[in-house]
Amino acid sequence: MTDDYIKHKYDPILHQKDEWPVVKLSKYRKEFIKLVAEASKERILNFTGHNVDLLREELETTLYREKMRIKQNPWVVDPDDDNEFWSGVKSSLVQLTSESNLSTEAKREGYHKILYNITTRYAEEIASSFKHSHYKATRRMVTFGFSRLLNAARVKGFKSLFSNQYTLQDKIQIIGETDQLRDLSSKGTIVMVPTHFSNLDSILIGWTISTLGMPPYIYGAGLNLFNIQIFSYFMNALGAYKVDRRKKNLPYIETLKTYSSKAIQFGCHSLFFPGGTRSRSGKIESKLKLGLLSTAIEAQRANYQKGMNDISGKIFIVPVTINYHFVLEAPSLIQEHLSLTGQERYYKESDEFSTSYKISKFLVKFFTKGSDISVSIGNAMDILGNYVDENGSSLDRHGRVIDTRDYFVSNNKISVDNQREEEYTSMLGKRIVEEFHKINRVFSSHLVAFTAFEILKNKNKKLDLFSLLRLPEEDLVISYELFSSECERVRQRIFELRDEGKVHVAPHLKTDIDSIIKHGLQNVGMYHARRPLIQNTSGEIITEDMSLLYFYHNRLDGYDLEKLF
Amino acid sequence: MAMTSKNFSKKKPVGVIGIGSFGTAIANILAEKSHVIVYARKPEVVEEINLHHTSNGKSLHEDIEATNSPEYICQQCEILFPVVSSAGFREVMQQFAPYLHPYHMLIHGTKGLSLLLPKGKTLETVDKIKRENIATMSEIIQNETVVVRIGCLAGPNLAKELLKKQPAATVIASKYNEVILEGQRLLRSDRFQVYGNQDIIGVELSGVLKNIIAIAAGALAGMGLGENAKGLLISRGMVELIYLGKALGGSTKSFIGLAGIGDLVATCSSNLSRNYTVGYRLANGESLDQIIADMDEVAEGINTVMLIKTFVENAGMRAPITENLYKVLFEGFKVEEALGYLMKYPFNVDVDFL
Repeated sequence: MTDDYIKHKYDPILHQKDEWPVVKLSKYRKEFIKLVAEASKERILNFTGHNVDLLREELETTLYREKMRIKQNPWVVDPDDDNEFWSGVKSSLVQLTSESNLSTEAKREGYHKILYNITTRYAEEIASSFKHSHYKATRRMVTFGFSRLLNAARVKGFKSLFSNQYTLQDKIQIIGETDQLRDLSSKGTIVMVPTHFSNLDSILIGWTISTLGMPPYIYGAGLNLFNIQIFSYFMNALGAYKVDRRKKNLPYIETLKTYSSKAIQFGCHSLFFPGGTRSRSGKIESKLKLGLLSTAIEAQRANYQKGMNDISGKIFIVPVTINYHFVLEAPSLIQEHLSLTGQERYYKESDEFSTSYKISKFLVKFFTKGSDISVSIGNAMDILGNYVDENGSSLDRHGRVIDTRDYFVSNNKISVDNQREEEYTSMLGKRIVEEFHKINRVFSSHLVAFTAFEILKNKNKKLDLFSLLRLPEEDLVISYELFSSECERVRQRIFELRDEGKVHVAPHLKTDIDSIIKHGLQNVGMYHARRPLIQNTSGEIITEDMSLLYFYHNRLDGYDLEKLF
Repeated sequence: MAMTSKNFSKKKPVGVIGIGSFGTAIANILAEKSHVIVYARKPEVVEEINLHHTSNGKSLHEDIEATNSPEYICQQCEILFPVVSSAGFREVMQQFAPYLHPYHMLIHGTKGLSLLLPKGKTLETVDKIKRENIATMSEIIQNETVVVRIGCLAGPNLAKELLKKQPAATVIASKYNEVILEGQRLLRSDRFQVYGNQDIIGVELSGVLKNIIAIAAGALAGMGLGENAKGLLISRGMVELIYLGKALGGSTKSFIGLAGIGDLVATCSSNLSRNYTVGYRLANGESLDQIIADMDEVAEGINTVMLIKTFVENAGMRAPITENLYKVLFEGFKVEEALGYLMKYPFNVDVDFL
């Protein structure tokens, strides 16, 4: 992967079959939901060991939790008949339990039926309502709207309304293995796993996917996002299915996993944010949520079981990092992180992303002012984290072609072993984290934030993190000379790391150190009311918000750069 | 034993890589239930096994077949037991790598560590070693091959007693249940009990670190000291083992299990152990070079002491037994001096790891 970005127009890719699976899936939505509900039911029955008492307990727990959720934490997006449905479940349960003259077989059937009703409802809730025409319209709107905004800011005069001098690709640079991704997406099934820092990520990735000429990916978006109308519109258009984090009961989680696994087996490209939620600390995810990731491995095994041994049944994991100078939600994210990890008194700030108005305002700012974003596409891997070549074949560390199917083989045949697949999932998780760090792209703003924070930390060695964050402003001053020489040292080390293939850098880091610092200071957290880092009138470097500085500093965590200080 | 009583009707043969004394013992146990193929590098060893059913004079089960082709053994067997010394382990794995596939299972029985240094560095020239520079054998397998279903074998398994068919038990450790189950299926018998453990690193480290204490035990015996001293050593040795083992990524539970305390007691009490012998002869005034010169197989403990001492120095930890043993082994210290130092060492808490 090179550091430099090449602006490129990508033609839409056509699938080898006459239709994209994602389009087909929406056509057969009903059948698919049935399939998922049925398979989820079987899964849960397996979990309970086909023991009726265990199943009854599981159903009762689910009912109790759902009742609590409806009472304590209702959301706008919740269906109107929520209460009705669960009351229905309750009365059927009560009836079954109290009827003493029913045979065991009849009882068993009764419980199975209740379970099936629940998984069907969940599958309906989760299922995406992707519509192709809708998708195309959104895509056009995003591209058109954004490029108007861009050109209005940069090209002067009335003509700006029609200028196409700047496109979104100048603003959001896509770098990395784009050709490999495009190529493999027409042959196999892609599971894209991006880092997650901001709610904007899903829109950004959606745009990236369509810019690269690929069909829409399905992805699990937090149901809370559908509370915000502007997001709801985009998400429904981009093939999102809904993940409700309030529901932590077994039937829901299993239905969700089944949905994902079956969709991948169906050939739909998928997108997981493997960190689960946005990174609260600003660090690149180091511990991943393995639940959804395991469905990729399960789907791969299922494909092999069906005898799909060629590339059409192969699943490719593609890590992606999104690199920002600025994360809109940074203040609330870091507050949450600190109150979770530390002694700091918890106080909740309002979520900066809570209204459509605020988001639109941000978008206007973003497109009319500076601050670029880049999206780095990593090398495709198989589900065990081995790189794949241009034919989609997995390679071991010495470049030897290996058969991914062999990972599931025991005694010459494919065997199902959940514990084994759990181990594989955690191995894959580790590989993804490794790749995140490699394809991550260092910006000037990351460099200045990291260096400034480390200098301050080093000056106050005896303080723990939380005391450090509470230091009065007059103690948070760095002379320019010190700052620039330290920035230079860190930059040197970053370039060494780059030469070892451990990280990437943005081209603007190749200029002289004064310009880099200037660029970095201008961009780091540029739209925050209190800036994480600025230069005062006497030329010294100061911070207005130490917690924010910490947040932006964390982006370079995990490279051992702190050892330079 | 008649062929019909064995249940390898459909099962593939089982492989053993390396045929030292432990390899021989394991191959014989495996051969009670399965067809076994052993890999030996030297053609004359292969010939000895195939023609005379002996290896280095020790008798081997009749159904054990030998080969010196890594390709053949990898093709025939899905499960392989590498039992070669830690010094040669990496090389053997590199040699096998082209023929291994992700469906293979490797269960090793090597109780040693290997150094992973940057190119051009040796233990003498490198200034410090960190955890990432030390590899257990399972980590070597992971680094050099595509095999993921990896396990290890550890416990009080003195080869000479196993060869005499005395009762014993072992631990198979692996992150994969299927590896543990396969290992149990292949090895378990009326006189060989097989336990499972998920903490492979902890079990490997137990086997590795106990060798240090075994040398010390030999030295005490060589000085003519009695059971009080041995009791003291085993218990303090255990504390040091756990302390080091945790720093290297194992869990306390494994160290107090069969592979830890079980193996420690066995090796510290037996003059059948090579490591014990090294200590014993040191105490009798022989030099390390003399001792190494007339041993036919490596005492893993010597290498382990050197590695761990360097690691401890860098990590800012103290490991008094290892440090003093290092002085005796490599700096010409007398065993008496080292013991004197240990008796003065300010240990004051008996147990602080539970």
